[in-house]
Amino acid sequence: MQVQSMFFKRRASEKLADGLLQANMRKAKGKFVDARAKSVLEFGNWEPLRDYAAKLRDAALADLDAYLVEFEKNATARGSVVHWAETAEEACEIIAKIAKDNGVRKVTKSKSMVSEEVNLNERLEAAGVQVVETDLGEYILQLAHEPPSHIVAPAIHKSKEQVADLFTEAHGKPRITQIDALTREAREQLRGHFLSADMGITGSNFLVAETGTTLTVTNEGNADLVTTIPRIHCVIAGIEKVIPTLEDFACLVRLLPRSAIGQSITNYLTLTTGVKGPGDADGPEQMHIVLVDAGRTKFVGTDLQEMLRCIRCGACMNHCPVYQNIGGHAYGWVYPGPMGSVLTPVYVGIENAGDLPNAATFCGECAVACPVKIPLPDLMRKLRERQFEGHLRPWPERLGIHAWSALAVRPGLYAFAMKWAARVGSWLGGRDGLIHSLPGLDGWTKGRDMPAPSGRTFRDLYRERQGRR
Amino acid sequence: MSARENILARIRGAQGKPGAEPTAVDLDRVRAVMAHPVTGPQPAFAHPPDLLVQFLKECDRVGTTHAQVASDEGIPAEVARYLAATGLEPRLVAWPAFAALDWASAGIAIESRPARGDDRTGLTGSTCAIAETGTTLLLSSPEQPKVTALLPETHVCIVRRSRLLGTLEEAFALERREQGELPRSAFFVSGPSRTADIEQTMVIGAHGPYRVHVIIAP
Repeated sequence: MQVQSMFFKRRASEKLADGLLQANMRKAKGKFVDARAKSVLEFGNWEPLRDYAAKLRDAALADLDAYLVEFEKNATARGSVVHWAETAEEACEIIAKIAKDNGVRKVTKSKSMVSEEVNLNERLEAAGVQVVETDLGEYILQLAHEPPSHIVAPAIHKSKEQVADLFTEAHGKPRITQIDALTREAREQLRGHFLSADMGITGSNFLVAETGTTLTVTNEGNADLVTTIPRIHCVIAGIEKVIPTLEDFACLVRLLPRSAIGQSITNYLTLTTGVKGPGDADGPEQMHIVLVDAGRTKFVGTDLQEMLRCIRCGACMNHCPVYQNIGGHAYGWVYPGPMGSVLTPVYVGIENAGDLPNAATFCGECAVACPVKIPLPDLMRKLRERQFEGHLRPWPERLGIHAWSALAVRPGLYAFAMKWAARVGSWLGGRDGLIHSLPGLDGWTKGRDMPAPSGRTFRDLYRERQGRR
Repeated sequence: MSARENILARIRGAQGKPGAEPTAVDLDRVRAVMAHPVTGPQPAFAHPPDLLVQFLKECDRVGTTHAQVASDEGIPAEVARYLAATGLEPRLVAWPAFAALDWASAGIAIESRPARGDDRTGLTGSTCAIAETGTTLLLSSPEQPKVTALLPETHVCIVRRSRLLGTLEEAFALERREQGELPRSAFFVSGPSRTADIEQTMVIGAHGPYRVHVIIAP
């Protein structure tokens, strides 16, 4: 996907003014959050589980090189071919070559975010391969020629009426708008593709080093068809996905669906190890696993390494007040919300995604919801510091921060400035106590009113209270 | 330098380790971790006083219907009852392990072969079942094609009472003990397929079965 993150402010403003998107986002708001809260409560010892999982992910990352080599060895022993790709382009080239060497004409695909990162569909289509997305949300977006706006619910920004329009045009059938009927229609359309594809492509939620296993955690059953029926199965996965044992998977899969959508387990856990055995009725003859770096090693050994713990549940975006209001497309790349605001600047360069670490209220909800305890606000703050130090923020902002820091280290001057700011603010608020516009700072007031200060500072009130005693 | 070497060297360099390949000491360390898998925190309901009660409770939650029979001889009658009650034709494809049961007396036409795209009902066994989440485990083998649980709209799954376990970890331990390694596919099924991709509204029946019926046999 082309990076558009440098246009975040403009895109966010457009999304806020998009009535249809706003209506769709309002419909979605809270659904995942409530479902997660309920299942976490029911689980009981959730916090010990989060602590354990965070340590488990850290331990795997501390020996990332050794686990990757063990994964490769064990996967190879079962007949899988393991490929390594340093960049997005390399990953695409490897998979395009597998397709070409095997005369692949049709690919069925199960949802994979890393494939979005590397623009895999475009590359394969350019080589004359038909690519069919089979996850319902991804299928809808493929028809709409849009990228996903959420990592778990990719078409969260679309209403059923919009889906109905897309289906009517693509399938040439009478328009229906009932959700179950639309789902059935997609099933019927896709069934033939499942049965006729030459190659299936999936991601892998985790890579199990102990067994050389790749796996998908899904509800629809599409990943199962994609990994079972075509003669070639190709997995594309980030190198950070490796975990030591099946028991570690058991632990993480208690966290993943609960954090994502409040389910205690997804319908299907599909563990695939190597190629079809002798006499097996189903399964692929060739199994390829493409391990992708594409920026991940830039986190290793840095003060941002905790980000690589991420298990891609989407809880951080579900809980983010910014995401809830602007949706995923405003962020301008594959990963929206708080996790994207850390991943994108490092993957695509902080100079291309400077607004993302700033697209946060720092309410801290994302860190509380994260199943592997990634301190997302801390990581975004570290990126802000890097930007400031690298002179990457606009000059008025830099000037403002310098002015603030000059005040903050001079208590007398600070008190004086605040006293006047509170008075002027109160006066600006007028009769309704709301500031409707701030000259020069209209970014704050364009989309909302700012509550005016009362006219007196905390210090004034504190002194008064002390005096009363 | 290959991509593999570059990636490994970058990881090692960033972590203060020299070279582009893990050392024998590094590999011994991770092999020791993998040789002694550790179980993390589990919920209290993963260890219930009665596994069957917990299993059936979770089946209800994920939308799996269920029945119990006293012996394998009772399976055809239960399948016939279920198919009739659900309004489905008395015809199925099954794993060979169940082909020898007396289906004719129950009025069911059975074919012992892997399912195809147009089959309506598939009958499979299971390696074990997991009470914590209402899950059945299907391992692939020549006699146990996965497609039979996947392509038909209705999946009937036989679970052995004696193979009912508490957790996923117990299932992996059983697998290591009995088979030594994972087969090509280990397929954990918890209820009929579903999606909430349109307006976050849950719909049963996406690309996999619309119905899962578990029959618990001794």
